[in-house]
Amino acid sequence: MRKTPLTAPLIDQNPITVQILGICSALAVTTAMATALTMSLALIAVLVASSVVISLIRRHIPASIRLVVQITIIASLVIVADQVLRAFAYEMSQRLSIFVGLIVTNCLVLGRAESYAMRNPVWPSLLDGLGNGLGYALVLLIVAFLRELLGTGALFGVQVLPTVAAGGWFQPLGFMLLAPSAFFIIGGMVWAIRSLRPGQAEPDEFVLRTGRQEVAR
Amino acid sequence: MTELFLRTIFAENLALSFFLGICTFLAVSKRVETALGLGLAMIVVQAITVPINHMIFQGFLIEGAWGWLGLPEVDLSFLKLISFIGVIAAIVQILEMTLDRYAPALHRALGIFLPLITVNCAILGGSLFMVERRLSLPESMVYGAGSGIGWALAIVTFAAIRERLRYADAPQGLRGLGLAFVVTGLMSMGFSAFVGVPSP
Repeated sequence: MRKTPLTAPLIDQNPITVQILGICSALAVTTAMATALTMSLALIAVLVASSVVISLIRRHIPASIRLVVQITIIASLVIVADQVLRAFAYEMSQRLSIFVGLIVTNCLVLGRAESYAMRNPVWPSLLDGLGNGLGYALVLLIVAFLRELLGTGALFGVQVLPTVAAGGWFQPLGFMLLAPSAFFIIGGMVWAIRSLRPGQAEPDEFVLRTGRQEVAR
Repeated sequence: MTELFLRTIFAENLALSFFLGICTFLAVSKRVETALGLGLAMIVVQAITVPINHMIFQGFLIEGAWGWLGLPEVDLSFLKLISFIGVIAAIVQILEMTLDRYAPALHRALGIFLPLITVNCAILGGSLFMVERRLSLPESMVYGAGSGIGWALAIVTFAAIRERLRYADAPQGLRGLGLAFVVTGLMSMGFSAFVGVPSP
């Protein structure tokens, strides 16, 4: 598979598990599929729009104030996304609480603007924004799938596994709805990806000696 | 007040139960000294920005704030994101210049962390939570200080654990980032035990 700006961020350069960007908001909204999906869509919209806008005016931004310009563009786009969500899905915007607003400081958006959109033409920047957004959405949806299914036995609020309380057999794991489970799931995903693609593993800071060791003389 | 203070430090720790500032949390926690520097910078900035953002929100943005001009129905609260970010960036800049002028030693210690803090979601998140929970001015001062201290406490303890972990013989794929996530999860479980602790 040829690596393009669109497909590379899905697994090989995934923003969350490899670049460690945008984790802050990723974990808090993953207790249910619906919130994770809404959050992903909002982030993809903001990321694509900000990549395009910043790439369009990249030659006119003075280097010394580029961060301020980027933050202002991103903040304006996030306000639009937040207002649209409030207008058309008020319930959902209440459930997402402050986390849509926090897209402003999501390192993923600023990181892509700074490292890609500032240096590349519009079309590749758009693909890069879309690819990174999809990579983010992929991780969010996997985590949310596990947390909602195991925590409540439902997906998108529709009961999939019959719970004990409703006369079925499934005992919901309340722990999955608490904060720590998200950390464990992402940690496990990082482990799985790095085991499959050893190239991503970090080099050891200390090499442990194994087997029979020579006694120091 | 004491209850709010302790709750924001332990039970509602910004890093461990709301996942705020986790990017920085994972990136700048390889050494205890750097973690301590970032934690101190975080406490200072958070304790200043939350009350100031509170005043700006109550004074200019909330619905009816322009009533004295004869414009009672103007509601600018949708501008809160952009004004909060502006305030945070400005305060970080002012703090950096003040420290550089009057406390060069402290500036050298905290200097490189201050710009990082502008885009730390824990700072913006603190201000947004202040609005969402409708805190009063004194409460927002306590909330700002408490949440900053809580975040600093979390990153310093995490860095201390991580320094020891470098000697651990973990599975190859789990080393580094994977292990950091698992440890944060365990710390988060530990801190969630504070939820049930009755406050004095």
